[in-house]
Amino acid sequence: MLISYQKKNKKKHHHLISSQLHSSLQKELLQFLLECCVGAAEPFYHPRRPHEVFLNPFCRPACQHRCKTRSASSQVYSAVQSVVGSLHMAHTEWKDAPGLPDFSLLKRLARDQLIFLLEQLPGKKDLFIDADLMSPLDRIANVTILKQHEVDKLYKVELKPIVSSSDQLCFLIRPRIQTVKWISDLVNADKVAGRFRRYKIIFTPQKFYACETVLEEQGVYGDVTTDEWNFYILPLDDDILSLELPEFFRDNFLEGDQRWVTTAGSALRLLQSVYGSFSKVYGIGRCAKMVYESWRELMEDGEQRTRQPEFAKVFLVDRDVDFVTPLCSQVVYEGLVDDLFRIKCGSVEFGPDVTSSDKSIKVMLNSQDKVFSEIRNEHFSNVFGFLSQKAKNLQTAYDKRRGMDIQQMKAFVADELKGLKQEHRLLSLHIGASESMMKKKTKQDFQELLKTEHSLLEGFEIRECITYIEEHINRQVSMIDSLRLLCLLSITENGLLSKDYRSLKAQYLQSYGIEHLLTFANLRQLGLLEEQQAGETLTVMESKVGKLVNDKTVGKLTDAFSSLAKKSNFRALSKRLALVPKSGEEYDLRVPRDMAYVFSGAYIPLSCKLIEQVLERDGWTGMEEVTRMLNGQEFAVTGGSSSSEARSKTDAQRIVLVMFLGGCTFSEISALRFLGKERGCRFIVVTTAITNSSRLLEALLDNSA
Amino acid sequence: FVAYRGQTELLGPLRKIELYEMGWNLKDGLRECLVAAAPYGGPIALLKGHYRRSPSARPQLEIYSSSGLPLASFPWKSGVVKQLGWTVSDDLLCVQEDGTVLVYDLWGGFKRHFSMGNEVSQSQVLETKIFHSPYGTGVAILTGALRFTLATNIDDIKLRRLPEVPGLQEAPSCWAVLTQDRQSKVLVANGSQLFILDNTACTPVTPPGLSPQASSIVHMCVSFSYKYLALLTDSGHVWMGTSNLKEKLSEVDTKIKTPPKQMAWCRRPKSQQPSAVVMWDGLLIVVGECKETIQYHLDDDSVLVPELDGVRIISGTHHELLQEVPGACEEIFKIASMAPGALLLEAHKEYEKESQKADEYLREIKEQSLLSEAVRQCVEAAGHEHEPETQKTLLRAASFGKCFLSNFPPEQFVSMCRDLRVLNAVRDYTVGIPLTHTQFKQMTVQVLIDRLVYRKLYPLAIEVCRYLKTPEYQGVSRVLKHWACYKVQQKEESDEVIAKAVSVKLADAAGISYSEIATKAYESGRTELAIKLLEFEPRSGEQVPLLLKMKKSPLALSKAIESGDTDLVYTVVMYLKNELNRGDFFMMLRNQPVALSLYKQFCKHQEQDTLKDLFNQDDDHEELGNFYVKASYKDQRLEARVALLQSAVDEYYKAKNDFSAKTTEDEMRLLRFQRKLEEEKGEQLVGFSLHDTMTTLLSVGLHKHAEQLYKDFRVPDKRFWWLKLKALAEKEDWEELEKFGKTKKSPVGYLPFVEVCIKHHNKYEAKKYVSKVTPEQKVKAHLAVGDMEGAAEAAIERRNESEISTVLSRCSATTDHLLMERLNRAKATAVKK
Repeated sequence: MLISYQKKNKKKHHHLISSQLHSSLQKELLQFLLECCVGAAEPFYHPRRPHEVFLNPFCRPACQHRCKTRSASSQVYSAVQSVVGSLHMAHTEWKDAPGLPDFSLLKRLARDQLIFLLEQLPGKKDLFIDADLMSPLDRIANVTILKQHEVDKLYKVELKPIVSSSDQLCFLIRPRIQTVKWISDLVNADKVAGRFRRYKIIFTPQKFYACETVLEEQGVYGDVTTDEWNFYILPLDDDILSLELPEFFRDNFLEGDQRWVTTAGSALRLLQSVYGSFSKVYGIGRCAKMVYESWRELMEDGEQRTRQPEFAKVFLVDRDVDFVTPLCSQVVYEGLVDDLFRIKCGSVEFGPDVTSSDKSIKVMLNSQDKVFSEIRNEHFSNVFGFLSQKAKNLQTAYDKRRGMDIQQMKAFVADELKGLKQEHRLLSLHIGASESMMKKKTKQDFQELLKTEHSLLEGFEIRECITYIEEHINRQVSMIDSLRLLCLLSITENGLLSKDYRSLKAQYLQSYGIEHLLTFANLRQLGLLEEQQAGETLTVMESKVGKLVNDKTVGKLTDAFSSLAKKSNFRALSKRLALVPKSGEEYDLRVPRDMAYVFSGAYIPLSCKLIEQVLERDGWTGMEEVTRMLNGQEFAVTGGSSSSEARSKTDAQRIVLVMFLGGCTFSEISALRFLGKERGCRFIVVTTAITNSSRLLEALLDNSA
Repeated sequence: FVAYRGQTELLGPLRKIELYEMGWNLKDGLRECLVAAAPYGGPIALLKGHYRRSPSARPQLEIYSSSGLPLASFPWKSGVVKQLGWTVSDDLLCVQEDGTVLVYDLWGGFKRHFSMGNEVSQSQVLETKIFHSPYGTGVAILTGALRFTLATNIDDIKLRRLPEVPGLQEAPSCWAVLTQDRQSKVLVANGSQLFILDNTACTPVTPPGLSPQASSIVHMCVSFSYKYLALLTDSGHVWMGTSNLKEKLSEVDTKIKTPPKQMAWCRRPKSQQPSAVVMWDGLLIVVGECKETIQYHLDDDSVLVPELDGVRIISGTHHELLQEVPGACEEIFKIASMAPGALLLEAHKEYEKESQKADEYLREIKEQSLLSEAVRQCVEAAGHEHEPETQKTLLRAASFGKCFLSNFPPEQFVSMCRDLRVLNAVRDYTVGIPLTHTQFKQMTVQVLIDRLVYRKLYPLAIEVCRYLKTPEYQGVSRVLKHWACYKVQQKEESDEVIAKAVSVKLADAAGISYSEIATKAYESGRTELAIKLLEFEPRSGEQVPLLLKMKKSPLALSKAIESGDTDLVYTVVMYLKNELNRGDFFMMLRNQPVALSLYKQFCKHQEQDTLKDLFNQDDDHEELGNFYVKASYKDQRLEARVALLQSAVDEYYKAKNDFSAKTTEDEMRLLRFQRKLEEEKGEQLVGFSLHDTMTTLLSVGLHKHAEQLYKDFRVPDKRFWWLKLKALAEKEDWEELEKFGKTKKSPVGYLPFVEVCIKHHNKYEAKKYVSKVTPEQKVKAHLAVGDMEGAAEAAIERRNESEISTVLSRCSATTDHLLMERLNRAKATAVKK
C-alpha cells in the first residue's frame, strides 16, 4: 500500500511539473501573440508563478490603457485568432448569429505538449500508436512533425509481437489494460532475450491507476517511463468538439465504469481555462451530474477567473436519457453520409462507386467545404435539387469566361478559377455520394424501414411492425438494423410482451448465433431491449418509477446501475413534449418548421427538445413531470462568476455549449443548428464521440473479443 | 550624528543598537552556561551548570526568546552535552559526548534523535560545530581520535568521515566549517599549519601574507556567507581575507596575546570594509581595515551571535546589535552631511517648523535634481533604523519629498512602510524576534510567518498575512492549518469541541487541507477526531489514504466512490485485495456496486478466474452462464466448447432462465451436428449460426440435412422458405425452385419468388409467379417484372389511388401514352369515390 501512496504522490508531483512545463509553452505562445498585437514584449507573468500567465494577461490593467476602444482581452484574443487560427467564424451564414470562438488553439496546445513529450525521450525512436488514435493524431500532428522530433518509424498497435530494431520504443496509447499488458509482455520478452531498450508510454488523455497496477503486476514498472498527453478535445469543426472516446459509452453506461468521468470534467475545465467561464450550467443524467461535480472540483483547485466568458451556458446530457434518437435512421445529409460511409474523425472515404473512378478519395467534411457546409443540414430529399442548382450556378460562373477580354480573363484565372475548380471537384464528389445514397436509400426496403420506424415512434400499427421486424430477422437483412428495430420497438412500447420478446429473440439467435445471448443481456441491462413483466401496464410502471425516484438511495450518485428503474416512458414523454407531430399534416421538408425535419417531420429528437425547453425556461421548472419520467437527475446551477455580466447581451451570451456524454449523432447536431438559427444563438456540441445507430449497437455486442 | 539618540551608540564605522533588556533573571549571568542562540533573531538556549559533573545536580536546559522571555525549561536527564545549536527551522540540537544528537522543538518538546556514527560514539566527541548551509543544518564533530565526522544536512543524514590530518597529535588549535564549491569542508589549524579537509583529501594551505611572527593560529572564524575568513594568531594579529585563501584583505595587531573567547565577522552584505569582532573576558575589540582597533568594554559575560549584517551581543542583562552603519544612514546622519537625503530630512524639519528654510533646502536638492535620490535615501535609511520615531521622521521626510516629484514610483515607499510595521511588531518585546530589514528580506515573509506559527503566535501571524496581503493559500490558510494541527493535539478537550472549533475557524479559509489536520490528530492517537475532521475535507483524494491508514477501509471505499475518481477506487480496491481474505473482500465489494464493476473490468483482462469467483460468491447464475458462453468461443476444441456450454446450461437453469438454457442446449446440439457433418461432408460449418448453417447446407445441395435442422430446431416456416428461396435462386436452380413453390402454399407469399428471380435477372421465371401473388401485391409484382400493362390492370381493378399513382410514376410519357390516359381516368374516378 505504501508504494501506491508514493505513487499517488509522485503522480501529483509529476502533474505539477508537467503543468508548469505546459504553461511554459503557453507562456511562449502568449508572449508571441502579445508582441504581435500590443507591439511590446512585456512580461506580464509573475516569474515565480508562471502558471498564472495564461489566465492573467487578459485582464491585466497595464494592457488596458493601451487600447482604448476595445478591451485588452478582445484585442489579445483577436491576435490569437489571427495568428493561430485560419478558421473563420461563420458570421456570414446567419446575420444574427454570434461568432464562435476559435478552437484551433486547442489543437496547437495539444501539439505543443506532444512535441514536448516526444522530446523527453531524445534520440531516434519508434512510435507505436493505438489504432483509434491514428486519425485524431493526424489532425494534431502529421507525420512530418513527428519525424522532425526524431520519430523513426510509426506502427499501429496491433497487440501482436513487434518487429522493431530501434533501441527506444515510444507508445502513444489510450489507457487500456489490454494494451498495457501487451507492452508489459513486450518488455518481458525483451528481457528474456537479453535485449536492452528504453520504453516510454504516453497515455492519452490521462493515465489510470489500473494501468500502473498492471505494469506493477507484470513486473515492468521500473522498466518503462510513463507520461500523460492531456489531449482532451479534438475540434472536428467550428461547432463540434469531440473527445474521441467511443468507449465512453460502453464503459460508463454498460460496465458501470466511471473512469472517463474525470476526463470529461477535465475537458470542460480546459475549455473554461482557455475560453472563459460559464454563467449557467444545466444537465440531466447521472453521468452528467458526476461530470459536473468533477469539473467543479477541478475548478476549485485552480484559480478563479474573471474574464469575459465565451460561452453563456452549458448543457450536459447523458446518452441514456435519449436512446430513441440515435436509434433512428438518419435522413439529413451529414447523418446519412455517416450512416452509409462512416465519417471518421471528420473525414470520410468515398469509395469507387462515389468517385466514379477506380480509387477511393478521402474528403474532409467540415465547414471549409463550401458545398458540404450548405447541404450538411438539409433533408436528403432536398439535397439533389440543391446540388443540381449549384451545378448550374457553377456552369454560369464558368461561362462568364465567354466574351471576356484578355485583362478580364487574366483576373478571372487569378481570382476565381481556382475556387471554381475546387468547388467543382467537391460538387462532383457530393453528387456522386448522393447518387450512391439514392441507389441505396430509395429502394423499397428503405422506405418500408422508415415507415416502420415512424409507426413505432407514433405507436401505430405495432403488430405490423413486429411482423416486419420478424421478417427482417428471418431474411438476415442486417444484423444491426434488426437489433435497432427491436430496441426501438422495446423503448417506444416500454418493453416487449413476453411472448414477442421470446420469439423475436429466438429468431434473432437462429439468424446470428447464440453469442448474441450476451448482446441481449447487455441490451437488457441498459434498458434498450426488455421483456415486460407480466401485469405491468404502463401506469403501474410509472408509479413504480415515481416511487423509486423519490427513494433517496436510488438518487445517490454511488449507485451506477440506474437501469433497474429505467423504463423509457417514451410514449408519455412524447405526448408531453409533443415529440411526434400530428400525423396527416403535410410537412414541407424544404422549409423546416421545427427540429422534426431531421427525421422527415416524424419526430423531434428528445435530447434536443429537452435542451430547447430548458433554455427557454432557464431551468427545469415546469418540467417536473418530464424529469420524473426521465429518472430525475436533473440540475441547473448558476455559475459563480460574473452574474451581472451575464445579463449583458454580448455575443458570448448566445453561445450554448452542449455536452453529450456517450456520443451524439449528426442528426442531433443538425437539429441544434436549426434551433440556433431559430433562436438567434449558436450551439457548440461537445461529445465523447460521434455516434449513430450502428456504432451505438456495435458497442454493445459481446463478440468473442 | 545628531539624530542618534538613546539606545544607539556609535563605534567608528559601526553602531551598536540595544535591542532588549533581557527579560530573564539569571543569577550568574551567562557564566558557566552552554549558550546557543539561533541566527535571524531566533531563540536562545542555555544549559546551566553542565560543567559540574556531579550526578546529583542535574543541569537545567532553558529556552528563551531573544528578548529573554522563557519558552521552556527542564532538567537535562540525558548524557553529557558537548554542544547546543539551532537548526534553520528553529529546532534545538544537543550534541552529546557519545555522538548522539537530540532534537528538541522550540518548546522543549523532544522530537527525535540520531547518532553520528559508531566511530564517534567509540572515540567520544571532542568538539562540535553546528553550521548552516544551503543544504540545511549540519553537524561537524571532532572525535577523540582526532578525526572529523560531518553531516551536511541533519534531515537527510549522510555521515562523512574526513581524511586524517597529517601530524596531528593533539586537538587542533582551532577549526571551522566552510561551505565551498557545494561541499562542506573543514579548515583546521595545527599550530601554524592550515589544512583544508574535503571528502577526499587533506590539502595544506597558506593564507597569503600572514605575518611571520605567528607560530600558531589560535582562533578562526568564517563569515556568515562563508566568503571571508579571519584568523587570530598567537602573536595577537588578526588576518582577514577571503575564505578561499587567495586574497588578503588586511591584517591588524590587537596587541593581546591571550586566546579570545569568541570571534565573529561583523559585516553587512556588499560592504567593502572587512571587520571582525574578537571577544575576551570583559573586552571586545573590533578590527577593520585600518590599524586602529575599536575597543569596548563588556561588563558581563557575553556571547556573540553572528548575523547576516552584524553581530548580536547577548549578555546576562542586555541584548545588543553591533553592525556597520548602513550607507543610507551614514549619508543622512553624518554630521554636516550634504547628501540629498540629509538635506531632505532637514527640509522637512524646517517645514514642520513652518520655516521658509524648508524651501531653500528643497531648492538646493532640486537644483542638483537629486530629489528622487533623496527620497530613496530616506526610505532606505528608515528601513535600517530600529527606533520607530526615527523611522517615522525619515518616512515623513520621504513622503514630503515625494510631493515634489511626479512619476515617482510609490512601490518602494509603500512596501517599506509595510515591512517596517511588520518588523516593529515582531521586534516587540513580547515576541522577541529582533530582525533587521536586511535579514527580513533575506528570510522572506513566508519564513517569518513560519517562525511566528512555530512560536504559536497564530493571531500575529494572521495579522501579518492579512496586512501584507499574502495570498490566502500561502498565508492565512496555512497559519490556520498550523493552528488546527496544534489544536487537535490538546488532549484535555473533547473530540466534539475541537472538531467544532476547528471547523468554525477554518470555515471560510481557502485551500485548507483537513486531511493534514486529521493526520495530525491520528498521529496523536485520536482516530475518532481524525474521522470527524476528515468529514470537512472536500477532496476525497485526500481523505482516502488516511482512512486506509486508520484501517477504516469501508469508509475509505465509500469516500473513494463518492469522489467519482476511479483511480482512487482502484487504490482502495487493490489495497483491500491484499489486506482482506478473499471472502471478506468480495463481501465488501458486493455492497459497493461501483467498486465491484471497476474490479470486474480489471479482472476481465487480468484475472478471468476471479471474475468467476465473484459471480459464484454472488450466486449470480445468469452472469455465470454468460461467462461460460463467452469462454466457449475462446476455446477452439469442440469438446471443451460443449463442456463450457453445458456449464452455462446448468447455470441458466439455476438462474431459472429456461429460455437461455434451452437456447444453449440447442447450440450444443447444433455444434455436434455441425461437427458430424463436417466430418462426413467436409463442409466448414462449426461456429455458424443456425441460419448460416442451413444456408450453407442448401447451397451445397444438402437439402435433406437442411430439412432435418428445420424440423429438429423448429425453425419457423417463413424463415425456411426465405432461406430456401434465396439459396435456390443463388444456385439458379429454377426447376427446384418451381418444385419447391408447389410443395405447399408459401407462408411468405409469392412476391418474394418474383423478386428473387428478378434479382437474378430471370424475368421469365419471375413471370411464372406473378399470377400466384395476392391481390394486394399484384401491382408490385407486375411492376417488378416490368409488365406495365399488367400493373395498370391490377391497379385499376383495385381502384386504389396510391397504387395507380405508383404505376403512373413508372410510366414513360413516350411509350405508355395510352396506358397513362387510362390510368388517369381511373384515378379520377377512384378519387371521386
